[in-house]
Amino acid sequence: MSMYGYLFRRLLGTIPVMLVVAVFIFLMLRLTPSDPAAIIAGDNATTEQVAQIRSQLGLDRPMIEQFVIWSGRVLTGNLGESFFFKKTVAALISERIEPTLSLALFTILIAVFVAVPLGVLAAHRHGSWIDRIVMSFSVLGFSVPVFVIGYLLIYLFAVYLNWLPVQGYQRISEGVGGWAQRLILPSVTLSVIYIALIARMTRTSVLEVLSEDYIRTARAKGQSERKVMFRHALRNAAVPIVTVIGLGVALLIGGVVVTESVFTIPGLGRLTVDAVLARDYPTIQAVILLFSFVYVMINLAVDMIYTILDPRIRY
Amino acid sequence: MNAFRKVILAATCVGSLTAVAAPATAQTTLRVVMHSDLKILDPIWTTAYIVRNHGYMIYDTLLAQDEKGEVKPQMVEKYEAAADGKGYTFTLREGLLWHDGKPVTSEDCIASIKRWAVKDSLGQKMMTFVDSIAAVDAKTFTIKLKEPTGLVLLGLSKPSSNVPFMMPKRVADTDANKQIEDFTGSGPFVLVKDEWKPGDKTVYVKFDKYKPRSEPASGLAGGKIAKVDRVEWRAISDAQQTVNALSKGEIDFIEAPSHDLLPTLKKDPNVNIVVSPLAKLQYVFRPNTLHKPFDNPKVRHALWYAFNQEDFLMATIGDENYIRPCKALFICDTPFASTKGMDGLLTSNAKKAQELLKEAGYDGTPVMLMHSTDLKTLTNLAPVAKSLMEKAGFKVDMQSMDWQTLVARRAKKDPPEAGGWNAFLTAWVAADVMNPISTAYVNAACEKASFGWPCDEKLEKLRDDFARETDPAKQKAIAEAVQQRVIEFTPEIPVGEYVQPVAMRKNVKGYLISPVPVLWNVEITK
Repeated sequence: MSMYGYLFRRLLGTIPVMLVVAVFIFLMLRLTPSDPAAIIAGDNATTEQVAQIRSQLGLDRPMIEQFVIWSGRVLTGNLGESFFFKKTVAALISERIEPTLSLALFTILIAVFVAVPLGVLAAHRHGSWIDRIVMSFSVLGFSVPVFVIGYLLIYLFAVYLNWLPVQGYQRISEGVGGWAQRLILPSVTLSVIYIALIARMTRTSVLEVLSEDYIRTARAKGQSERKVMFRHALRNAAVPIVTVIGLGVALLIGGVVVTESVFTIPGLGRLTVDAVLARDYPTIQAVILLFSFVYVMINLAVDMIYTILDPRIRY
Repeated sequence: MNAFRKVILAATCVGSLTAVAAPATAQTTLRVVMHSDLKILDPIWTTAYIVRNHGYMIYDTLLAQDEKGEVKPQMVEKYEAAADGKGYTFTLREGLLWHDGKPVTSEDCIASIKRWAVKDSLGQKMMTFVDSIAAVDAKTFTIKLKEPTGLVLLGLSKPSSNVPFMMPKRVADTDANKQIEDFTGSGPFVLVKDEWKPGDKTVYVKFDKYKPRSEPASGLAGGKIAKVDRVEWRAISDAQQTVNALSKGEIDFIEAPSHDLLPTLKKDPNVNIVVSPLAKLQYVFRPNTLHKPFDNPKVRHALWYAFNQEDFLMATIGDENYIRPCKALFICDTPFASTKGMDGLLTSNAKKAQELLKEAGYDGTPVMLMHSTDLKTLTNLAPVAKSLMEKAGFKVDMQSMDWQTLVARRAKKDPPEAGGWNAFLTAWVAADVMNPISTAYVNAACEKASFGWPCDEKLEKLRDDFARETDPAKQKAIAEAVQQRVIEFTPEIPVGEYVQPVAMRKNVKGYLISPVPVLWNVEITK
């Protein structure tokens, strides 16, 4: 099968995945004991007022009818209107996508540029104190929750040293300096777990490759240690590392939700939290669909990258 | 380059970045964190407090209550009661303009009153007395009554949700059950619609053509002078981060700082904590009168002996500086407050409660008590209630859930075993519970009553009597009778009051003592 055929087949495969996600999310929300109408109406509202709002939102219709209406809209590209914001969900998402993309990009860049060299170094100095420090950091990075790391970094760099802002986001159009400055703390916070994950995987993969015959051959041919590590070892260890980075990008979605809340970044993660707390069904459904789509696409991209890194892999 | 130099270089880069990107906030921008994010903009369509606060930014009211709770003219120059008490004539002030520059007219106000009265419970009650509302000319209109009532002044000066905000006729003509989409007001600030980004910020700018009253600002009355050019409501949901941001000067004002973080703020030399005696809240226990065991008033009455207020207040607020044990049903230090009939109640007399339960024939039916777990000021209420009720002989089935699930569940009339409930606890802003008409849980009009649906003719008769009465002294006597009937019938139990301080940078001055937070008169000094 050609690469394009494979790509086409994988893209077709996303349709049933998205359908299952759509049904699952819809049912989960409707089966949750909650009522957006009661939340919108406020504390002083009477039962009648709540019922009126429920009717206006179409929540008094049979569940199957609600699903048909919603899925019909989604198929035509209409994600609906938020119950609360009086804005289309598409407009809400487009407002929020920049901060989330910025945060994700910064985080992945930090994670990759820190973790891969650390992992290679740990493998190269296997058993030394450097290896032990890297591995200890990995365990710590896995174990400490994101919000704890966030609060500690805020206290140190924003409150105590006064180097960085405590919270907030500045759009890139309002100045690159402010944009970058406000992304440093949240990105570092979020990257800790990925640094731990990627560094550990890099170390293991490189160690495995270092025991291969071709590495011994390269060394015997008199190649420098740097060439051996980066041209031979790292290149051949790259497939599992890319898999972990891909998984990390997908996992980032969960981390973004917490980090955006702690650092008051008006991105998709924060929108998800707000929508869930307010039981804003159209927004929750759309954001989860979007996240699922991104997840599927990242997996596809990782599979494609395999073929570049290892020409032996063909689909 | 050695490692030390690299660290120094990195620190310098971060420092430079900080300097380059210093926020270009104007001196007259007030950066505020309110108690929640603003998601809805129609203060008549919803009763949510954050939307009410937004209403006070951009709209104005015909009448308003000053810091003593007295009704004062606001948009009106004067109002006159008819000699027979069956009506009022209102004359608007000269020079009042909408944000689009058009003059405020009687027709605008009539349409606004009518839309408000469709949604608001006090407004609905008021309209049962109203014969007609008609414009005399562009600046004068009359409200004719079928019989005298004190509800017109009480309603039009209502300080909390739903507040009778005035809107242009074209906006006020919107069906009350549909949200408005035009946010033209006549208040001291103008909403910048393009900068309203829920989850991020809401922006208001000063309305240059606003004509304030000449009297000094007092409570919600007097001259509403915008003393800053721009107000930004920043949406920071994390309580600790809000405090960090205030300490660092990234924001200027917090409407509702968490009580447990106040000691941290107190230590900050750049921060002031202001306690407004009117910014109080009242905790209440609400039983559901539809189902066993609380369908029996005698069983409900035993709760007055089971509870004491101090336990609730210390478990939730935890600081004696901010708690106000107060047995009065209608908020201590306000006109209708009284402790009549409260002797011996709310003292956790478990023995007496057990006797009453025995007399009432309580058969051990468990009370399904809803416990909300995600709002800090409410979380510990239900466990305290459970403990005190069990000491008094109740069986309690406390079920934990988030507040939004509780809100959805309390609207259900089904029995507890079928998804309904027996009791929950919540908090009311003082301004909402200062008289028998606006206090939602005193309404005992069966199906039309709030969640819990109490049904009591005596209580409704007393509320009607209160509505008809215009003499404050007689109103007070009726309010006391309402309180006594509430003790007998027990549609709710007040379990303590507390104050919610605000926190602000030391250079923020002029914050008004008011039952709801308002930002006119507030200035930033150098």
